[in-house]
Amino acid sequence: MHMEDRQRINRDLARMLKGGVIMDVVDADQARIAEAAGAVAVMALERVPADIRREGGVARMSDPRLIKEIRAAVSIPVMAKARIGHFMEARVLESLGIDYIDESEVLTPADDRYHIDKTAFKAPFVCGARNLGEALRRVGEGAAMIRTKGEAGTGDIVEAVRHLREIDDGIRAVLAAPKEELMTIAKELGAPYELVLEVRALGRLPVVNFSAGGVATPADAALMMALGAEGVFVGSGIFKSADPERRARAIVKAVTFWNDPAIVAEASEGLGEAMRGIDVKSDAGAERFASRGV
Amino acid sequence: MSAALTIGVLSLQGGVAEHLAALARVDGVRGVPVSKASELGSVDAIILPGGESTAIGRLLRDFGMADPLRERIAAGLPAWGTCAGMILLAKDIDNDDRRHVGLMDISVRRNAYGGQLSSFDASAVIDGLGERPFPLVFIRAPVITRTGPAVEVLASLDGRAIACVQGAMAATSFHPELTRDERFHRWFAALARREA
Repeated sequence: MHMEDRQRINRDLARMLKGGVIMDVVDADQARIAEAAGAVAVMALERVPADIRREGGVARMSDPRLIKEIRAAVSIPVMAKARIGHFMEARVLESLGIDYIDESEVLTPADDRYHIDKTAFKAPFVCGARNLGEALRRVGEGAAMIRTKGEAGTGDIVEAVRHLREIDDGIRAVLAAPKEELMTIAKELGAPYELVLEVRALGRLPVVNFSAGGVATPADAALMMALGAEGVFVGSGIFKSADPERRARAIVKAVTFWNDPAIVAEASEGLGEAMRGIDVKSDAGAERFASRGV
Repeated sequence: MSAALTIGVLSLQGGVAEHLAALARVDGVRGVPVSKASELGSVDAIILPGGESTAIGRLLRDFGMADPLRERIAAGLPAWGTCAGMILLAKDIDNDDRRHVGLMDISVRRNAYGGQLSSFDASAVIDGLGERPFPLVFIRAPVITRTGPAVEVLASLDGRAIACVQGAMAATSFHPELTRDERFHRWFAALARREA
């Protein structure tokens, strides 16, 4: 199969996740709970971002055995994270038959200058982005799906909102500009010109865009959908809460019916405590995951 | 010219916008999203899109839509399932205990090609769509492992059925909505008019 065909199919693959919730899970039991709750995919990892943030140290690709156990436990797609630039972790994940690779800033970057050449893989990649330039650089490298970075492991939605709005601002600027300005816009964004043209033709990103990094409640998830996300990743928000099973189902409902506040209200009722979370502003000294790999 | 045919697209999760965009390119058809049981009454036909069948099935049950949808289709509402939608329609799923609409006399196997290999391009001539091969996009495709006596196979690939019809129900393991070829959508609209 031609590389271009694989790229297109991988983009189409991600479209089937739209309107869905992708949940972080650390073992097979959590994966089964996520699937039963209506997750469209699970992210297999050893520690959820809240724990990575708390415990520190170097965060790496998960143990292949864990990934295999999770794959065996569910029928929905399984994603796993590779460190930014760590193409060897990505090759290992691909050899395991993983459905998607997340080249993720939540793990400690392996390369502080270059991302993985994602066109060299059959497996589709999802990558984080904070703005249009970052998103298009990742798509240029072969990402089949984008997720706004937010700030993983905080349970604070503010960064997720900021990043989605910044991508939108970027797209609006591309749509509003006369054609002769597009090359300069591409230069300023640090984005491939051809992809800027594609954004202009489509009126949107060329790939599916999910929201991530801070979703903790059904209303958070609905907010991100209302702002234009095509689905959400929930990391620590589910399995760091008091009643993961109910919260998972509630967030799934809120993503589907984000435009119906009565349903979001009903889904939000009596869920018990949400993850405690960290106010991003109060954590000013800490390194932002989102500033990694731009 | 007859009145516009209203085709609903089950809008709980998955490739909804792509079907609506394809329907918008077919003359005499109006595509509408359907996400509540109360909206089922106002459509002449329904498309069950691709996505994750477990997620769509969960939402169908959580919002009390599974039974009304099954009853409407059993009573003759023309229905077409693509990929996950086909899994929803199937009477039997070889590798899954869950049943959803479960009305079409076919058996399917989920993710039958395994992992990344389950997504590929091909083309095939489809009965009723003319001689020009139809572009086939398979995404984590289910395989039809059995077709009952009332089921007519419209197309096969490597000896396996990939498109079939039983009365007013149609199923494809591939995704016509991801191509620029609307012949299958037009065919379904014609089927819906005939069955209406």
